[in-house]
Amino acid sequence: MTDTLTHLDRLEAESIHIMREVMADAVKPVMLYSVGKDSAVMLHLARKAFYPSPPPFPLLHVDTTWKFQAMYELRDRMAAESGMELIVYQNPEAKERGINPFDHGPLHTDMWKTEGLKQALDLHGFDVAFGGARRDEEKSRAKERIFSFRTGTHGWDPKKQRPELWNLYNAKKAKGESIRVFPISNWTELDIWQYIARENIPIVPLYFAAPRPTVERDGLLLMVDDDRFPLLPGETPVERSVRFRTLGCYPLTGAVESEAKTLSEVIQEMLLTTTSERQGRIIDKDGGDASMEKKKQEGYF
Amino acid sequence: MTTDPVYVTDALIAEDIDAYLAQHQQKSLLRFITCGSVDDGKSTLIGRLLYDSKMIFEDQLAALEADSKRVGSQGQEIDFALLVDGLAAEREQGITIDVAYRFFTTEKRKFIVADTPGHEQYTRNMVTGASTADLAVILIDARKGVLTQTRRHSFLAHLIGIKHIVLAVNKMDLVGYDKTVFERILLSYRSFASEIGITNFTAIPISGFKGDNITALSDNMPWFKGPALIEHLENVEIAAAADEAKPFRLPVQWVNRPNLDFRGFSGQIASGAVKPGDAVRILPSGKTTTIDRIVTLDGDLEEAVAGQSVTLTLSDEVDCSRGDVVAAADAPPEAADQFEATLVWMADEAMIAGRAYWLKLATQSVSATIQQPKYEINVNTLDHLAAKTLELNGIGVVELSTDKPIVFEAYADNRTLGGFILIDKLTNATVAAGMLHFSLRRAQNVHWQASDVDRDMRANLKNQRPALLWFTGLSGSGKSTIANLVEKKLHRMNRHSFLLDGDNVRHGLNRDLGFTEADRIENIRRVGEVAKLMTDAGLIVITAFISPFRAEREMVRAMLPEGEFIEIFIDTPLEEAERRDVKGLYKKARAGQLKNFTGIDSPYEAPETPEIRIDTTVMSPEEAADLIIDRLLG
Repeated sequence: MTDTLTHLDRLEAESIHIMREVMADAVKPVMLYSVGKDSAVMLHLARKAFYPSPPPFPLLHVDTTWKFQAMYELRDRMAAESGMELIVYQNPEAKERGINPFDHGPLHTDMWKTEGLKQALDLHGFDVAFGGARRDEEKSRAKERIFSFRTGTHGWDPKKQRPELWNLYNAKKAKGESIRVFPISNWTELDIWQYIARENIPIVPLYFAAPRPTVERDGLLLMVDDDRFPLLPGETPVERSVRFRTLGCYPLTGAVESEAKTLSEVIQEMLLTTTSERQGRIIDKDGGDASMEKKKQEGYF
Repeated sequence: MTTDPVYVTDALIAEDIDAYLAQHQQKSLLRFITCGSVDDGKSTLIGRLLYDSKMIFEDQLAALEADSKRVGSQGQEIDFALLVDGLAAEREQGITIDVAYRFFTTEKRKFIVADTPGHEQYTRNMVTGASTADLAVILIDARKGVLTQTRRHSFLAHLIGIKHIVLAVNKMDLVGYDKTVFERILLSYRSFASEIGITNFTAIPISGFKGDNITALSDNMPWFKGPALIEHLENVEIAAAADEAKPFRLPVQWVNRPNLDFRGFSGQIASGAVKPGDAVRILPSGKTTTIDRIVTLDGDLEEAVAGQSVTLTLSDEVDCSRGDVVAAADAPPEAADQFEATLVWMADEAMIAGRAYWLKLATQSVSATIQQPKYEINVNTLDHLAAKTLELNGIGVVELSTDKPIVFEAYADNRTLGGFILIDKLTNATVAAGMLHFSLRRAQNVHWQASDVDRDMRANLKNQRPALLWFTGLSGSGKSTIANLVEKKLHRMNRHSFLLDGDNVRHGLNRDLGFTEADRIENIRRVGEVAKLMTDAGLIVITAFISPFRAEREMVRAMLPEGEFIEIFIDTPLEEAERRDVKGLYKKARAGQLKNFTGIDSPYEAPETPEIRIDTTVMSPEEAADLIIDRLLG
């Protein structure tokens, strides 16, 4: 028995169904857009879900001012192409205090991202926020619901989450509560790459190998993306052929040495590689084993 | 162990990635559920599947090895269970408490595994995980054989309509790979399975820990001729694919209206296939038209099938909105408003017969009330028991009615149009999952009688706007006193009114009802219906009932047109009402002579945002009545 629809067809149809279902109950939805490959897929799915209408919600980029330059370029291009409103939010307090990844460690993520996201959602009164988290990313996410409920203060209570049966989602909520919706929960990293290839979705060039100025620090290869990067005594940027498996703030995102210049080569390298996706990110490491779970309870995505 | 051919071949990836990708784009997707407890080696089996399919990277493996030594239960060997036991708290307790979804892939298929714990108190989790599954793997510990939980898992899988059951007899390594052990278990399972209607299942002897008969047939059990577990998972028919052969149905999710020239209907096809030119019927209205286009971002499609999310345009301008179902014109589903269904209760708070819940089925949301269960099913013995309610994890057969007809099919025929959830109107929690059996009568045949004289005309003749003044408050709070005054004043002003008093109604209309929670709800429901008829007649209706539960007051509010339900909270503190004790009821309740007395041994849920609040400690009944009249007519 052959199936008419492939696994990518089914995942795509499920994600589109979820996005449309949100529109039934949402008052003011928004799509979180981080410019990474998962965001690229989310945006593409949203355009498919509502075509020929543009997606009926804006994009929200919670910016830290420390993203790679190439990310800002693609962000602005994609917003223009999709015809969607782009809201860029930068936590004014973090900006004023000059919070940065070099001097402030975990405070950087906390203030720019966690606090920034809460502030942006409150400021605009968004009641539903689409996010691109996937269940395969990390153990604590395997049990995350597709519709994840947050209290008025953005808290996440594992006991208050609702069972999700069939493709029926209960999106009813009390005043003040909000929902994070994860339409690509059931996609794996490989699915994402295969879909990007199949649909020809534009992604940040940093995912492909190219000669880039890098320094090696604390076991990570960091790219010197602009002149804010403080070099330590004796450190000089070395040009290496590198690419990135995930994208975030450039001082916090480790590159891998690679020659993979095309999508096929990237997928090939991913399949043959032996380290998991999130390893290039510093953010998971503090607090040990359950650190993602802790972050989620604090309101980080 | 022999090297197996099923998994990702590194060679092809390394040599010809494009060929590999082309091949892998054509993979299908199978969703399955694993049932069993930690003791059956369920987590170990799933960990093994992930491990063997190379879904585990080196850094995760290093962490796994370290964890295995620290907290593992397998001595110095790798404890695969640690890969899948998720949240921190439960890892420490060594149990899994929710549904976790895992992913792995082989040469032929991608798999989504719903991993659910097996204890009886987690029935709701298993039902949740099973609701999207094509197949269930039921684990048995070879040393223990068919247990009560095996029967429970099989029953639940069958109840949810899973067609493919795999009986995985695990831990064969611990019984010396003994064929007779396996066959004995097979025999006893077969007789039980046929009892509950499972006609077909596949039994496989395995060892999740050692990897026997998982990816390839094991040399340790030459007597078993196959298939190995993975081979079987790769070849069973996918339920979603079978839906394509059924008649076409698309529940409308969203009306796509970018401009005046385009009107599309978006949704996921629940069953069948559709082509431009197909004759379709819009339900529940019954209007017919034809499909004009199937619109997607990649261009129009010539055909779309079950499972696809599409946008349809129609040849005629017919009314169609969210909740409607676009269906094959010659084989449309029915619409009805009374059903028999199986319910699985999922909330800590028990089911309340007579209370209104939101019912969501496909894209339809309606208000529904449930009757007392016809019977509850004991999931361990499968006995039918008499029950007044359903508690958490309870499963029962009920009759339910909805406030308007819904388009449906029997769950056995169509999961999408037969499966529903119930939502508590106050907490918004998902409290139950349900599966429709059949309608109790055809709603199409019961039309609302439209009369030529309508409610507006009746009200106009009386020169007033109808309303329902709903007094709520503790016994002895002053509801009846103030309500009486209000009616007297209205009468003097030539307004047509009617006062429905709690005690009086219980002498007649509701004399068959007592004071249990369920009876109180039915009491209010009837009063609500009577009040609704009276407002249709153009009257200003005044009711004075304790009406202690918020949900019932909201139920009555929902029966009336917006703005006509005016909730008046007679706010008298319990001490004050008890001090007054006009009818001597508090004394009796305190003495234990009256059961379920509001404020004493039954709760009063005060209104959060009543239209009018009367504080009787600072206002006389006369002043209160004036204030109410003022707000009503002002």
